Amino acid sequence: MSARAEHLLGLVQLHAEYAAAVDGADWDRWCELFTDDCVYRLVPRENHERGFPLATLAFTSKGMLKDRAYAIRETLFHDPYYQRHVIGLPRLLAEEPGLLRAETNYAVFRTKLNGASTVFNVGRYLDTVVATDAGLRFAEKIVVYDSEMIPNSIIYPV
Amino acid sequence: MPTADAPSSPVLPAWPAEGTHRIPFAVYTQEDLHRRELERFFYRGHWCYVGLEAEVPNPGDFKRTVVGERSVILTRDADGRLHVFENVCAHRGMQFCRERHGNRKEFVCPYHQWSYTLAGDLQGVPFRRGVRVMTPEGPRVNGGMPADFDPKQHGLTRLKVATRGGVIFASFDPDVEPFEDYLGPTILGWFDRLFNGRKLRILGYNRQRIPGNWKLMQENIKDPYHPGLLHTWFVTFGLWRADNEARLQMDAKHRHAAMISTRGNAKAANEVSQGVTSFKADMQLNDASFLDIVPEPWWGGPTAVMTTIFPSVILQQQVNSVSTRHIQPDGHGAFNFEWTHFGFEDDDEAMTARRLKQANLFGPAGFVSADDGEVIELSQAGFESKPQHRALAELGGREVGETPHMVTETLIRGMYRYWREVMEAPDAVAPSARPGDAA
Repeated sequence: MSARAEHLLGLVQLHAEYAAAVDGADWDRWCELFTDDCVYRLVPRENHERGFPLATLAFTSKGMLKDRAYAIRETLFHDPYYQRHVIGLPRLLAEEPGLLRAETNYAVFRTKLNGASTVFNVGRYLDTVVATDAGLRFAEKIVVYDSEMIPNSIIYPV
Repeated sequence: MPTADAPSSPVLPAWPAEGTHRIPFAVYTQEDLHRRELERFFYRGHWCYVGLEAEVPNPGDFKRTVVGERSVILTRDADGRLHVFENVCAHRGMQFCRERHGNRKEFVCPYHQWSYTLAGDLQGVPFRRGVRVMTPEGPRVNGGMPADFDPKQHGLTRLKVATRGGVIFASFDPDVEPFEDYLGPTILGWFDRLFNGRKLRILGYNRQRIPGNWKLMQENIKDPYHPGLLHTWFVTFGLWRADNEARLQMDAKHRHAAMISTRGNAKAANEVSQGVTSFKADMQLNDASFLDIVPEPWWGGPTAVMTTIFPSVILQQQVNSVSTRHIQPDGHGAFNFEWTHFGFEDDDEAMTARRLKQANLFGPAGFVSADDGEVIELSQAGFESKPQHRALAELGGREVGETPHMVTETLIRGMYRYWREVMEAPDAVAPSARPGDAA
């Protein structure tokens, strides 16, 4: 297998793991897909394109991800919902030894307990992925969403 | 003679008791009341938030926003003056501006190319003087506007504009009182504390659509009862809890309010945490930098001041995080909520980073604020299911008044006292005098 094919396969697999974690409400698993000094940012497309630094969520360590996981489980009151990610194929932007950068479209559907499934959030991932002893991990995940008018609130990670 | 609220005057809800401590669900569910609220609160006699000067810093800059449910455009002209006009073409009524922001020399409606200056004046009408053609009988002019067509009479509907401390308000009502009188001295003091003349720096936006009546957001920020109960982070880390030093203040009409609080009692287990399931005595942050709070000189003591400017905006200072929150109604059962986070020109990099990090507590995904949208949605669901019922707001008594503590719903009662004064008043204004309606 060519190096490129291997990189693509690795990214696809990582995204599949990511979707399984955040759609299966396995928040600990979600945290473990990141490096310790990771960056996770959920950013409306407007802020991203206009150069505004504000993010809807802005985490700069795995500890912050763990605090979010705790909040989801213990402190954030919310109407319960399922979410389902459909993640497109990665577009490789850079391949360096031990490091990949890629851009990948995604769509998240939300299903409330007594409701229909609706399109909740769509956008793209701008990922920096590094090889670690545990396998590929996100060093940076910038989630740039088109769905700027959030349907009330976002509780779970996108 | 029809009233300004014609064609239909709403059936006003019966308040179950004297006062405003029992709030009929109908005030949240009746579309005809909502139409009257738009007329009487958003389009007449009140100032509405439209933005910050820092959003339109340069000549030609514009921002599209709303006053009530009407689309308006905020511009800065070549001379640096600010204007607000309605985004409705004087010709065929089209909402000609679709971009959310940008820079222009003029506005042109794409439908028939009517063009307007940055002040909203009509400057060009294609074929105004007709189209000259040659005929066997000689030149002839076809069509054209009537000879007495006066472009000065057909500008866009202009709003009155007030700015203070870099914040811009607008009103469709040419007779609205001066902005400073509108806020009143008490609320103006809190306004000036936040907007004390420093230039603002826009950090960015968050937008959410909350399926609940717009007043519920005003009430949420006039309700100091819930934060230490619904929001774990507030009670656990002492950011906002019932035993904090606090004051509640209002303007003389009780429409605006300020909730002023000073952080304390972090992790303290006592009567305000006892039995409160959201209180987590042993909760430890994995990353404490979420709460890397650095006091700023302009605070003058309080660590949180939440100001509600009726009807359209909330001014947030929660420790180092500052924002405006714009309430944009859309029918009786929903509103769009736009957060503009900002900092100040003299912020260093560390302070900017701190404001951005603390923004994790607020907005549509915030550790604290995400649940506010959720409870508003579910309150609305309760109202819609039995609109003949009423809500209760009796914590701290049934009266309206300022308090040296936060264990009261007095600000909600105050807002509804004002609501009743305005909404129950007979309407003497004829339709032709309605602000925002051109002849």
